[in-house]
Amino acid sequence: MTTTPKQPDPLDNPQMKQIIDNTIAEFSEQNGALMVVLNHLQERIGYITKPMQAYIARKMNVPVSKVHGVVSFYSFFTTEPRGKHVVKFCIGTACYVGGVSQLIDKAKQVLGIEPGQTTSDGLITLEVCRCVGACSQAPVVVIDDQNHGRVKPSQFGRMLTDIQKSEVVA
Amino acid sequence: MAYYRSTVLVSMDPVCIEKGALEIKEQLIKELALLKLSEEVQVLDSPRLGDPETEGPDILVYPEGSHYIQLSPATVGPIVLEHFVKGRELQQYKAQMRDVLDEELGEPKDKEIRIILENIGKIDPRNIEDYIAVDGYQALAKVLGEMSPEEVIQTILDSKLRGRGGAGFPTGLKWKFARQAPDTPKYMICNADEGDPGAFMNRKVLEGDPHSVLEGMAIGAYAVGANQGYVYCRAEYPIAVSTLNTAIEQAREYGLLGKDILGSGFDFDIEVRMGAGAFVCGEETALMASIEGGRGEPRARPPFPASKGLWGKPTNINNVETYANVPKIIHRGLEWYTSMGSEKSKGTKTFALAGDVAHTGLIEVPFGLTLREIIYDIGGGIKGGKAFKAVQTGGPMGGCLPASDLDLPVDYETLGAAGSIMGSGGMIVMDEGTCMVDIARFFMEFTQDESCGKCVPCRVGTRRLLEILEKICAGNGEEGDIEELEELSEQIRKNSLCGLGQGAPNPVLSTLNHFMDEYKAHIYEKRCPAKVCRALIKYEIIDGPCTGCTVCARNCPVGAITGERKQTHIIDQDICIKCGICYQVCQFDAINVS
Ligand SMILES: Cc1cc2nc3c(=O)[nH]c(=O)nc-3n(C[C@H](O)[C@H](O)[C@H](O)COP(=O)(O)O)c2cc1C
Ligand code: SF4
Ligand code: FES
Repeated sequence: MTTTPKQPDPLDNPQMKQIIDNTIAEFSEQNGALMVVLNHLQERIGYITKPMQAYIARKMNVPVSKVHGVVSFYSFFTTEPRGKHVVKFCIGTACYVGGVSQLIDKAKQVLGIEPGQTTSDGLITLEVCRCVGACSQAPVVVIDDQNHGRVKPSQFGRMLTDIQKSEVVA
Repeated sequence: MAYYRSTVLVSMDPVCIEKGALEIKEQLIKELALLKLSEEVQVLDSPRLGDPETEGPDILVYPEGSHYIQLSPATVGPIVLEHFVKGRELQQYKAQMRDVLDEELGEPKDKEIRIILENIGKIDPRNIEDYIAVDGYQALAKVLGEMSPEEVIQTILDSKLRGRGGAGFPTGLKWKFARQAPDTPKYMICNADEGDPGAFMNRKVLEGDPHSVLEGMAIGAYAVGANQGYVYCRAEYPIAVSTLNTAIEQAREYGLLGKDILGSGFDFDIEVRMGAGAFVCGEETALMASIEGGRGEPRARPPFPASKGLWGKPTNINNVETYANVPKIIHRGLEWYTSMGSEKSKGTKTFALAGDVAHTGLIEVPFGLTLREIIYDIGGGIKGGKAFKAVQTGGPMGGCLPASDLDLPVDYETLGAAGSIMGSGGMIVMDEGTCMVDIARFFMEFTQDESCGKCVPCRVGTRRLLEILEKICAGNGEEGDIEELEELSEQIRKNSLCGLGQGAPNPVLSTLNHFMDEYKAHIYEKRCPAKVCRALIKYEIIDGPCTGCTVCARNCPVGAITGERKQTHIIDQDICIKCGICYQVCQFDAINVS
C-alpha cells in the first residue's frame, strides 16, 4: 500500500531553496557546522534528499561522501518526505514492557501499513523511535511531536481515525 | 554577591498588582528594615506564584518554600515577625500544599533525599532570578572570588563525587587530568545524550533546573582552565534544548557566562549542540566526533579526552547530573555532602522507576539504599498485586537482577559485582508476566540496531545473538543454543572497542545466569512460562464466562474472532496473531492463555 508521492526536489522550489541557502549561510561558520546545518534542514524542510546532500557538500566545501556518511549514520535524518502526520511508537524498554506492540498491531489494522511506511494518500507515516523520556507514562505514542501516554489499543484506533477525519473536514 | 539568609518572592502578576502587590512589597521592605533584617532577607519581584485570582497577592519565602497567600499590607507585619524573627510559619496565611509537582515527580517519599531534583517544579526554569533566589550561582561566585582552581579540584576530589553517566569515575580526578594537560584551548562538555531507554532523569533536570547544570559546568571550566563549553543534547528532547538556550542567554545577560564573569577576569561560554538519534553518541569519543560534525563513531582510548578530546584538544566530559552536583557541594560544604551515601559512593543518585511498579516516576536516594527499599518502600511495590520477577538497571548495557538480589545496596561496586551496572539511573521493574528470554531478545534488538558497525565482534556478534534469541522465542530453540549464547557473549565482550559492544552481552548473560529455567522451558519444552512469546501461546475463549458482549471481536486487530451477540465467541487460530488485546479488553475473564 505504500507509495512515496513523487515530489519535485526541494532544490527546485525557489522558496525551499532560499531556506536551504539561508540555513547554510547562518551556521556554516561554526565549528562542526555540518551537523548543525543538517539538523536545522531536517527540521525546516523535513527531509534531506540526495541532490540536497550534493548541494550542501558543494556549498560547505566538504566531500559529498562525508555528507552522505553523516546523513545515513543518524536515524533522525530522513531522505524522503514523510506523511503530513507522523505517528511514532516509542519502543524503549518501558514502553515495550508496557505493551506498545499491541498499539503497532492496531495501527496496522486501521491503516494497513507498517512502521516505516506512509499511507497511500500521504496523510500518515508510521515510525518507531527510541525512548522519548516519558517512560512513567508508557506506552507512549508521539503524534506530530506531541507525546500521548498510557494509550490503550481501543482508544488508539479512535485517535488514528480522528486524524483521518480531521483532514476530511479541513 | 551578598549572602542572604532568606529570599522573599513577591508575585508581580498583573492581577496581583491590581490587588495591591506593590503595597505588599513596600510594606515588606519597611517591616524588614524596622527589624534590622534588610541585610539578611532580600525581596525580589517574581512572575506569578500561585493562582492570582484566588490566592493573590501572594509571596513565597525561600529556602523554606513557605507560600503565604491572600495578603494585605496589614498581614505583612505579623508574617515577618513570626517567620523571620521567631522562625515559624504563620499557618493562617499559608497556602494548602497543592499538587504542584507533575506526575513524573511526586512528593518525596520517606527514604528519599532530594538535592538534584529539589528545585524542579518549584522554580521557573525560564527565569534566572528564580534560580538565584534559591542561592543559585553563589557557588560560582565563591569559586571565582575565593578559590584557586587547585582548591576547587581538591574539594571535588574530597567530596568523592563520581560520574553519574554510568561508569562512576571520580570527577575530581578527571578534572585534575584535564587541568594538567599542557595543550590549549581546553573544552568542557556536558553529556546530555541520555540514550538508555527507560531513563529520563537528565531530561527532567535540564527542563526544570537548567542553571544548576550551567553553574556546575562553569565551575568545572574554571578548575580545568576551559573557556568554551558544549552541551550535547539528544534530538528527542526539544523542550530541554529550548530551555537550555533560554537559560544560557539569561546567564549571559547577568554576566554569569561570557567574558569576565562576575568581574573575575575568567571567560567561559556555552553552546548547545543537538544529536540526531544515534545511541552510540552517548559514548564520549563518539559524542565528540558528532560535535565535530561527523559520524558518531567511537575511537580507541587512550588517548583519553583529558589529553586529546574535542578537535584534538584537552576536554573534560561529564554527565548532566554530575555537573548538577557540583554547585551543591561547593555551596553547602563537604561535611554535608559526604554525610550522605555509602563508603565509596557519596551523595545521592536519581532514578527513573518504570515498568510494573506501583509508583512510576523520578526519585532521588542516597547511595546504599537497597533495591527492595527503592522498589517497595518508595515505588510502592508491584502494580496490581502481581509478583516481582526482576529489576533491570543500567539500560541496554546493564542486566536483570532477580528477587534474591533485592537486598543488595545500590552502588557502583555492588551492582557491578551482581552482573548488572549502575548505569545512568533507569530502573525497570518487571513482574511475573514478563518473559526474560523475550527481554534479552528485546535488548539485543536494540544494541544490534545501535551498533555503529565499526568492530566486527559487535556488529556481527550481536546479530548472531539476536538470531539465536529470536529462534528460541519462536519455539525453534535447540540443544547447544545456550552454550553458543555464552561463547559469543564472551567474544563480543572481549573484542569490542567501546562500551556498547563490551556491555551488549550483559542482558543475555544476566538472564542466563538468573533465569536459566525459562530458557530451558522455551528450548526443550517449547513453552513460554510467562505466556509472552507469541509462537508458544494460544488464546482461547472459555465457554462459561463468555457473555457474547462482542468487545473482543471489535477490538481484534486482525478479525480473528467471530460469534453472534450473546453467544460464546470463537478465535480462529489460523488468523490470530496472539497480540493479547482480547485478553485485556475482556471484562469477564473469558479468555484463556495456554
Ligand atoms: C554506548 C554508550 C552510551 C553512553 N551513553 C551515555 C549517556 O547517554 N549519557 C552519559 O552521561 N554518559 C553516557 N555514556 C558514558 C560516557 O561515555 C561517559 O563515560 C560519561 O559521559 C562521563 O561522564 P561522567 O564521568 O560524569 O559519568 C555512554 C557510554 C557508552 C559506552
Ligand atoms: S563496540 Fe560496537 S558500537 Fe562500539 S565502536 Fe565497536 S562496533 Fe561501534
Ligand atoms: S521507554 Fe518509552 S518513553 Fe521511555
